This record gives sequence, C-alpha cells and structure tokens, in this order.
Amino acid sequence: MAEVELRVNGTSSRVQLDPRVSLLDALRERLRLTGTKKGCDQGACGACTVLVDGERILACLALAVQYGGREITTVEGLGRPGRLHPLQEAFIRFDGFQCGFCTSGQICSAVGMLAEHRAGVPSVVTPRLAATATPLSEAEIRERMSGNLCRCGAYDGIVDAIQHVAGVDDRAATAEPAADR
Amino acid sequence: MEFLQPATWEEALEARAASRDAVPIAGGTDVMVGINFGRLRPALLLDLTRVPELQQWGTDDGAVRLGAGVPYARVITELGDRLPGLAMAARTIGSPQIRNRGTVGGNLATASPAGDAHPALLAAGAEVEVASVRGTRRIPVADFYRGVKRSALADDELVAAVRIPPRTGPQQYSKIGTRNAMVIAVAAFGLALHPDRRAVGTGIGSAAPTPRRAPAAEEFLAGELDGLWESRAELPPATAARFGELVAGAAAPIDDVRGTARYRVHALSVMARRTLTWAWADYRKGDPACA
Repeated sequence: MAEVELRVNGTSSRVQLDPRVSLLDALRERLRLTGTKKGCDQGACGACTVLVDGERILACLALAVQYGGREITTVEGLGRPGRLHPLQEAFIRFDGFQCGFCTSGQICSAVGMLAEHRAGVPSVVTPRLAATATPLSEAEIRERMSGNLCRCGAYDGIVDAIQHVAGVDDRAATAEPAADR
Repeated sequence: MEFLQPATWEEALEARAASRDAVPIAGGTDVMVGINFGRLRPALLLDLTRVPELQQWGTDDGAVRLGAGVPYARVITELGDRLPGLAMAARTIGSPQIRNRGTVGGNLATASPAGDAHPALLAAGAEVEVASVRGTRRIPVADFYRGVKRSALADDELVAAVRIPPRTGPQQYSKIGTRNAMVIAVAAFGLALHPDRRAVGTGIGSAAPTPRRAPAAEEFLAGELDGLWESRAELPPATAARFGELVAGAAAPIDDVRGTARYRVHALSVMARRTLTWAWADYRKGDPACA
C-alpha cells in the first residue's frame, strides 16, 4: 500500500491505496467524485479527462500516486448547481450532449483546450506558418477536441457551445481597448 | 507491489539497478493500459516524473538534447522550429490529452514498431542516450530497435535523453490511420533533407518488426539531388515515384487487424512520394520553417 495526498478541487485528502490504482479509480471509488467517467480505461475515449495544474490529462492513464500534491480539478470543481461554469451553461444551451456520459470529460477537455489555444499552442490543422493567434474555427475546435468521443453524436452542439464560450472570451478581451478609445 | 518515486537521476538509476524487473513509468500512456487490463503486474513501478533532468531540453554539441520525460506537447510548442519532423509526428500522436503526458523517452523505451516518433528520429539521424549506474552511452537510433517491442536498452538502463541534430533543410512526416486522433499508425513515414551534407534521411513506421530506414531510397535520392541542391530546379516526377518505390521496397510488413501488408507497402510508396514533393517544394522556396 502507498499513501498519497490528493488535492482535488481545492480540498486535500490523504488516501491509502495500492500503487496500481489509477487516478480515475481513486477519484471515483475513494473520493466518491463520480462526475469523472470511466469509458474505455485505455486512453481512447476522453471521458475521464481532468485538469492537473490547469492541463488536461486522462485520469485512466495516470497513477494516483504520481499525482500527490498536484492541483487536480474535476467537473465538480468547475461549477456547481446554480453557479455553473460558462462551458456548462453553453453545453445546456446548445444541446452539447444527449446521454451525458462523455460530458464531464468534454467540458474539462474544453477548459484545457481553451487555455492551450490562448497560450498559442498550434494544432495539426493550424496553418504551418501561423503557429500562434489563429482564430478558433470549427475545424480547429474539432481537431483540438478529437480526444473526446461522444457516442450520441452531439458533436455539432459541442462545437457550438465551445465556439460560443470562446467568442464570448474574445469579445471580453477586445471590449476593454475598444472602450478606452 | 512497490512504488518508487525518485527525486534525482542518481536515485532512479540505483533503483533500476537494484530491481531489474521494475517497470519505469513516465507519462503512463502505454504502461497504464497494461496495468488497467491486468496484462502488466510489475513488482515495482518506478515513477520518473519527479526527476528534474528528464523534464528538460537543451543544446549540446550542436544537437538538441531532449530529456526523456519531455512531453510531446512541449516538443510541438518549443521545438517546432529546430525539430520540425519530430514536431509534426508529435502533432499526430494520440490526442491532446495524451500529448500532454506521453514522452519521446517512453516511445523509445517501449520500442513499438508503430511508435510515432521513430520515423522522425530515424530520418533526422538521432542518437539515444541511455544510462545506468555503470555509466552513459549513446546509441544511433537505427541500432536501438532490436525487435518487436525490444530495444538495445539493458535491464539496468534507463533512457536519459535523445539527441537530435537540428534541421538543416525541410522535414516531413506522414501517417496513415483510420482517423486523425487516437489511432495506432497503419503505416508512417518520416523524411529529412540534409542539404548541409547533401544527404537524405528516411524512417519507416508500422511496416516491419522494428522502425527502420530505407537506405537504398536515401542513396538513390541523394544521387538524384546531386546538382539540384544548388540549382533548386524542379524534381522530376519519375524521381519522386522511384523514391517511393524504393521506400516501399525497404518495408517488411505483415497483415494484421489494422491493415494488410500489401496496403502498407502501397501506402508507403505514396507517403514517400508526397512527403518528398512537399519537402522539395519547401526547399525550392528557400525552405521557410516547416512546422
């Protein structure tokens, strides 16, 4: 057995576990944070996407003991009933889900993705010489969200929801200089 | 089962030497699949993610020395200009979540014939730096792969870094899969033009028991480019087609669930022809940064 301090959504817990336990199983079975879903358990579906120090990773491909002391954010930490995260609100408004099983992974992934895009990280569809500051087109969103599968096929709604939030962010970012003028 | 999380490289090497059947883990993108499905039951897991040296890259002796624990996401954002072929390969790996964790060092240690980094490393002429308590040695990447998921790594050694000469000309990478994300390559090809030494580098993935070069294709193309390096004239289509045939001829694929041997050979000839066409067009334009 190993002991690890897991810091999840701002709360620290000391957990005793077999070192083979994945971060996903630790979150669900030990901390009872069942918002993060287990789809394939082999890194192919994205349903278990969580944020570690703001970076999106797959909780099924992480050992819980590797993540002691790191800041882990699950869907439960993004918003709560009555005070949803903008992406959660947008997923509802734009029908970004049907059954909902992939949704927490989609939303955590989208949070990480928007941060990557803001930081200028290119994708495989980004024009070769424009590694930074490309707008978040539909093609860019689909490629950047390609690690998250939705078996209901709610992709159009997911793209609309993310584009809406990204657009709101862009408007907020450009609103200030415009007001100064 | 035991778990060790060394904080220094020395501790990691000592732990490796003390437990030859330990399973090193970094990004976890391969090891965890084995653990989750009960195929891998290691007596000791050796977590390398807290060893600072492995998370860094720098330049040394003219080469980029890429620490074994640098994730693909950083190869893309930080090294696209120096190592365009590897960065292009990295952009095709898994999904964004996988690229935030998976490492070139892990790709090397796993030594799968389908590992996406290998064709780019072969084309660039990389060297693998491996270490143990006995010392450090460098292995040309073409000699590193020894069989399906077997490498030249001894049972007390860890991959420390991979040393990659920075680009001196255009580089390209192409991969065939059923979709863009999260596929194991059906076949892959990496190409590097080295105008500084009038040479050509190639790397074939998923089409032989190990990743491998296509030496006859490299030699043929280097001969055909004699004179064209200076004139930057158009490349005759027949040359690109012949290059594709020679690359395909270097493969030794099998039929498996992802594709047939015949398809792989055909795909390689097409990928080699296309990547060469793209790379030469870049060279003729004066070769702007490719990635």
